[in-house]
Amino acid sequence: MNAWLPRSAAGRRWLGLTPAWVVIGIFMLIPMVIMGVFSFLEPNPYGGVKPVVSFDAYVKLFFEYDLEDNLVFNPGYLNIILRSFELSIGATVLCLIFGFPVAYFITLQPENKRNLYIYLITIPFWTNLLIRTFAWIIILGRGGVIETPLLAAGIIEDSLRMMYTDGAIAIGLTYSYLPLMVLPIYASLEKLDFRLLEAASDLYANRWQVMTKVVIPLCKPGIIAGCILVFIPCLGAFIAPNLLGGGKKLMLGSLVQFQFAFARNWPFGSALSMLLLSAVVIVLIYYARSARKRAMTEGTA
Amino acid sequence: MTTAIDIRNVNKTYNPGTNAAVTALDNVSVTIADNEFFTLLGPSGCGKTTLLRLIAGFEQVTGGEIMLYDDEIENLEPNQRPVNTVFQHYALFPHMTVGKNVAFGLERLKKPADEIEATVERMLNLVKMGHLADRRPSQLSGGQQQRVALARALAPSPKVLLLDEPLSALDLKLRQAMREELKQLQKDTGITFVFVTHDQEEALAMSDRIAVMSEGEIQQIGGPTDIYEHPINRFVADFIGDTNFLDGEIVNLNDDLVTCKIGSNSVYEAANSGGHQVGDQVSLFIRPEKITLSAPDQNSTDDSRPGKVANIVYLGNQAAYTVDMGDGIELVAQARPREDGNLPFAVGDSLTVGFSTRALRVLAQ
Repeated sequence: MNAWLPRSAAGRRWLGLTPAWVVIGIFMLIPMVIMGVFSFLEPNPYGGVKPVVSFDAYVKLFFEYDLEDNLVFNPGYLNIILRSFELSIGATVLCLIFGFPVAYFITLQPENKRNLYIYLITIPFWTNLLIRTFAWIIILGRGGVIETPLLAAGIIEDSLRMMYTDGAIAIGLTYSYLPLMVLPIYASLEKLDFRLLEAASDLYANRWQVMTKVVIPLCKPGIIAGCILVFIPCLGAFIAPNLLGGGKKLMLGSLVQFQFAFARNWPFGSALSMLLLSAVVIVLIYYARSARKRAMTEGTA
Repeated sequence: MTTAIDIRNVNKTYNPGTNAAVTALDNVSVTIADNEFFTLLGPSGCGKTTLLRLIAGFEQVTGGEIMLYDDEIENLEPNQRPVNTVFQHYALFPHMTVGKNVAFGLERLKKPADEIEATVERMLNLVKMGHLADRRPSQLSGGQQQRVALARALAPSPKVLLLDEPLSALDLKLRQAMREELKQLQKDTGITFVFVTHDQEEALAMSDRIAVMSEGEIQQIGGPTDIYEHPINRFVADFIGDTNFLDGEIVNLNDDLVTCKIGSNSVYEAANSGGHQVGDQVSLFIRPEKITLSAPDQNSTDDSRPGKVANIVYLGNQAAYTVDMGDGIELVAQARPREDGNLPFAVGDSLTVGFSTRALRVLAQ
C-alpha cells in the first residue's frame, strides 16, 4: 500500500470522492460564495465591486433614501418579487393543466411510440430559447398570426393588445418550461400499474374518480417534481418577461439581469439573486419534507 | 333455480377486421346459477380470463349478450355493473391503508360513513385481517394482500364475485388453505363466485360446476365428478388429471362392450357409451388410479394382462409406474408404497396389470 494513501477505509472513500468534490466546488460552491460575498460589498460605478463591506444592497431591496436622506419603505422591488411569484405560480399551473394530459396521453401509447413522443417533446430544447420566444411575438403581436385572420374576417376591429401583458409573459413561460412538466409526470405515470385503474372502475369509480382517487395521488411525486422544475426557472426567467412583457413589466430574473448588464450594480444584483436562491431553497425544503412524510406514511416498499 | 349470469352466444375478437384479428371467444353460451361456485378452467390462452373480463366490463363483447339477473349488462361501464373482481395480482391501491382499500367501493357508492366503517370492519374480520386495517399493502405478505383483495371485492356486496386466478401467486401450502377458505366464504356469503383458474386440482376441490375451455370454446360443463369421470372429449380427459390413452379402431361392439384393436395385435374391451360404430378411430382412456398392479400370478379383475415395469416416479404417498404392456403400449398406473415404506415393484419386475372394463372409456379421436 502506498504510504500517501489514507489508512482507514473511510479516509480512502473520501479520497475516492475527490473528483465529485472538485466539480461541486468549482461549478457550484465557488460561484455561489462569490455571489454571496459580492452582495455584501459596495458597487463600483463602472461594474464590479469595491472591497468595502456594506449592507446597502439588502437594504435597497425594501427601503430607499428619500430627499432628506431618511430611510423609507419602498414597495417597488417587493412588488416585482410578488409579481414574479404570481406569474411563476400561474405559469406552473398552466404547465400542469397542459402537461398532465400530454404525459397521460403518451403513457397510453404503445411502448414503441412513447419514446418518439418524448423525443418530440424535447425538440424545442434544440433551438435557442430567445428565438423561440421571438416566435411568440409573431404569434401574439400586432398584425400577428392570431390577430390578422380575426381582423380580416371582421371578428375583431382593433388589435387585441395581447403583447406586453402579464398574460403574454405567462404564455411565454408556460411554453418555455412545459417539457419540464411533462417529463417527470410521464416518468411517474409510466410506472403506474394500469390494473389499478381497472380495480378502481370495478369498485364503482367513474372516470373522473379514477383520475382523482388513483392516478393523481399515485403520480403526485412526478407532479410535485414537475411543478418545482417549472416554478424555479420561471422565478429567474428574464427572456420571456423582457421580450413578451416589453421589459417594463419586470420579473425578478429580468431585474437581476438588468443590475448586472445595465445598472452596473453587482452587489444589488447579487442580493436579488440571494433572495431568489432562498426562495428556491425554501420550496425545495418543503418538497423534501413532504417527500419524507410520504415515504414514512406509505411504508418501506 | 335462479340464474345469476346468462352468457348468450358471446363472441370476442381482438383487432376485428384486420390481419391481426384474434378470436378469443367463439360463440360461448353458459348459464351460471345463483349462489353457485362456478369455475372457468382451461390452459392459458383458452379465453377464460377474457370471458371474466367481459363480465366485469373491462372488455367489450364483439357479439352476443350478457345477462346479470335479467339485466342486460354487456354495454355498461365496469363501474355500472354490480359485480366485483379479485385480481390475479391483487391490484390493491398502494397509497391507501388496508381499511381505505376495503372502503373504496363503498365510498364510491356513497354509503353513509358509519355503515362504511362497520362493513369494512366486518369484511376485514371475515378474512381475518381486522388487526391490520391501518397497514399499507406494501407492508403485507402475499397471502395477506390476497385476503384484503377479497375483503375489498366483497365489501360492496356484489351480485357476483369474479376471481381471476387469485391463488396463483401464493405458495402451495397457502394455496391449499385458501381453497377451503374461499369455498367456505362462498357458502357463508351466499354470493355467486365465478372463479378462473388453470389449476385443475383447484377447480375440482372448490367448484359446484366447472366449464372446461379450450381455444375460445367451452368444451364441457359439469360437476367435478362429471368432468373427471365422464369427460366428453379427449381434450377434457387429457387436461383434467392424469390419463392413459390407447388409440385404435373399433373392431366389434355389442350393447355393453366395445372391442378395440390397439397397436398391431392387442385387443382391449371398454364400456360402450353409445354412438360408436365398427371401424371408428377412437381413444380408450383410463385413469392411472383405476389400474391395479399385482404379482404376476394374480388375476382378480375383469381384464388382467402381464406387463413389465419400465419406469417409476416416486411421489411420496404413491408412485407412478409406467408399465410396458408389449406391442408398443405403455400404461401409467399408481401404487402405494408398502407399510415399511418400500415400493412393491422395481424397474424390470414382471407383474399383472388389472382393471375393470367399465373403467375404460371410449372417446372419439
